[in-house]
Amino acid sequence: MSEERLPPTAPEKSAPLLPADSGRDRPLFAVAAILVFLACLAALGARGAWTVSDGWIADLSGRMTVQIMPVDGRDAEADAAEAAALAEALPGVRRAVAGTRAEAEALLEPWLGGEGLPADLPVPLLVDIELAAADPASADDLTAALDAAGIPHRVDDHARWSEAVVRTARLARLMALGLLALIAGAAAAVIAFAARASLAARQSVVDALHLVGAQDGYIARLFERRFFVLGIRAGIAGAFFAFAIALLVTYGGPGQSEGFIPVWSFSLWDGAVLLLAPVLAGLIAALSARLAVANDLRARW
Amino acid sequence: MPSASPDTRPDDTFESVIRFDGVGMRYGRGPEVLQDITFDLPRGSFQFLTGPSGAGKTSLLKLIYLAQRPSRGLIWHFGRDSSKLHRRELPDIRRRIGMVFQDFRTLDHLSVFENVALPLRVAGRKRKEYADDVAELIHWVGLGDKMDAQPQTLSGGEQQRVAIARAVVGQPELLVADEPTGNVDPAMARRLLRLFTELNRLGTTVLIATHDITLVRSLDVPIMSLADGRLNTGRRKASA
Repeated sequence: MSEERLPPTAPEKSAPLLPADSGRDRPLFAVAAILVFLACLAALGARGAWTVSDGWIADLSGRMTVQIMPVDGRDAEADAAEAAALAEALPGVRRAVAGTRAEAEALLEPWLGGEGLPADLPVPLLVDIELAAADPASADDLTAALDAAGIPHRVDDHARWSEAVVRTARLARLMALGLLALIAGAAAAVIAFAARASLAARQSVVDALHLVGAQDGYIARLFERRFFVLGIRAGIAGAFFAFAIALLVTYGGPGQSEGFIPVWSFSLWDGAVLLLAPVLAGLIAALSARLAVANDLRARW
Repeated sequence: MPSASPDTRPDDTFESVIRFDGVGMRYGRGPEVLQDITFDLPRGSFQFLTGPSGAGKTSLLKLIYLAQRPSRGLIWHFGRDSSKLHRRELPDIRRRIGMVFQDFRTLDHLSVFENVALPLRVAGRKRKEYADDVAELIHWVGLGDKMDAQPQTLSGGEQQRVAIARAVVGQPELLVADEPTGNVDPAMARRLLRLFTELNRLGTTVLIATHDITLVRSLDVPIMSLADGRLNTGRRKASA
C-alpha cells in the first residue's frame, strides 16, 4: 500500500513498544561502560602478559651459560675462548661469546666495589651461548664436549630459572584470562539484574502485550534489542576510555625495557580487541536480558 | 440457554467457545471466590454477565482470558482443555479473545493509533496492511481527531473506546468486555452496543460483564448472574 493511501491522520512510524526509562538506563549505562572499560584493560593485560611471558620463555630457553672455573696453573681466559670455540662448533649452537676477566669484574662491581679485585683472586669467567631455535644443543652435549677438552666448567641451562618463569608466565596468563572472565560474568549478571528490574518496571506493558497475544519470545526480543543497544553504547564508551589509557601507557611509559619489565606497545591485536569490545558487550547484554526476561516470563503460567 | 453436561468430552465441546465445568478458584490460601461454575458460551452467542461488586465477575473473566488457572474444575477454550495448554500456546488462544477491561489497560506511552493497532502489530502484521483499517475503526468509535493523542490525555469514556477498538481490531472469535459502557454517555453506550451486536451478527461470540441494567434490558439475550461466587443463569426480555 502506498503512503498516499494511508489516512491522513494515521501516524507514519511505529513507536517503540518499550517506553524509555532514562532514570534506570543512565546508571546502568555507566556501570556497563565501566565494566567494559575494565574488561578491555584485562584483555589488553592478558595480551601483554602473553607476549611478555613468551619473550621471557624464549630468552631463557634459547640460552645457556658456561662458567669456566679458575684452576691454579690454567689460563681461565684461554679456557673460556676454547670453550666458546668448542661450543660454537656443536650443532644446535648459534653463537658463543667468551667473557673476559674484566667483564667478570664488571659484573661483580656492584657487590665488591669498583677498586678492582686482587689479581690472585680466582674469578669464574662466563661463556654466553645462544642456541639455535630449531633442534638446540643440550646441556649434556656441551658438557661432553668440554669434558673431552679437559676444561673445568659448570654448565647452566637455566632450567631452574626457566621453570619458575614458565610457571609465573602461565599464572600471569591465567590470572589475566580469569579476570577477563570474571568481569564478563559480572557484566552479564548486572545486565540480567537490570533486565529483570526493567521488566518489573514495565509490568503494565508486558501485561498488555500478553493480553493482545504476544509470545514470550516477542516480549523477550523487545528487551533484548533495548539492552543490545545499551551494551553497544556502553561498549563504545568503555573501549574509548581503555584506548585512551593504552595510548597513555604506550606513549607516556618508559621507552626501553628494564630487564624483565615489559615495554607496552599498542598492537593491531589490541585495536581488534577494542573494536570487538562494543559488539561483545552488546551481545552479552542482549543474551543476558533475553535469558532473564524469558526465565521470568516462563514462571508466570 | 447455555448449559453444560459434566460428562461431555472436550472433543464434543468444539461448538462451545468457552466451557466451564465445575470450576472453583481461590487466590492463594484464601476462600474460594468462584464455586462450582459450570456454563457454556456457544459459538456465536451474545450473553451478559451480571452481579454485585465482589461477586467474582473479574475473577471469572481472568479465567476466560487465561490470566489465572482454576483451583479445581476444567475450562475449555475453543475446544482445548486449558489445563493441558503449554505456555507457548496461550498467545494463540488470547489472540482469539478480544478483552476490554474496566480500567482500560491502555499503554500511556503509545498514541491512540498505536494502542488500537497493538494486537495486529504483535501478530506480526505489516503496518501498511492495517493502517487504513485501524484509522477507520478509530474514526468509527469517535476518536478520529485524537489518533495521535496519548491515552492519559483522554477522558475515561474516550479511553474506554480506545480499549474497545483495540479489543475488536483483530476480529476476535470471542469478545469479553468488563463494564464497557461504564464511562460513556448513553448515546455512546448505544453506539458501542451496536458495535457489539454487529460483531456478534458477523459471528463473534460476545460476553459483556456489566452492572448497567439499562444495557442488559436493551437486548433479549441470556444473562449469567454471579452472586457470592456462584452462577445463576436466566433470560430477561428486552424492555423495548
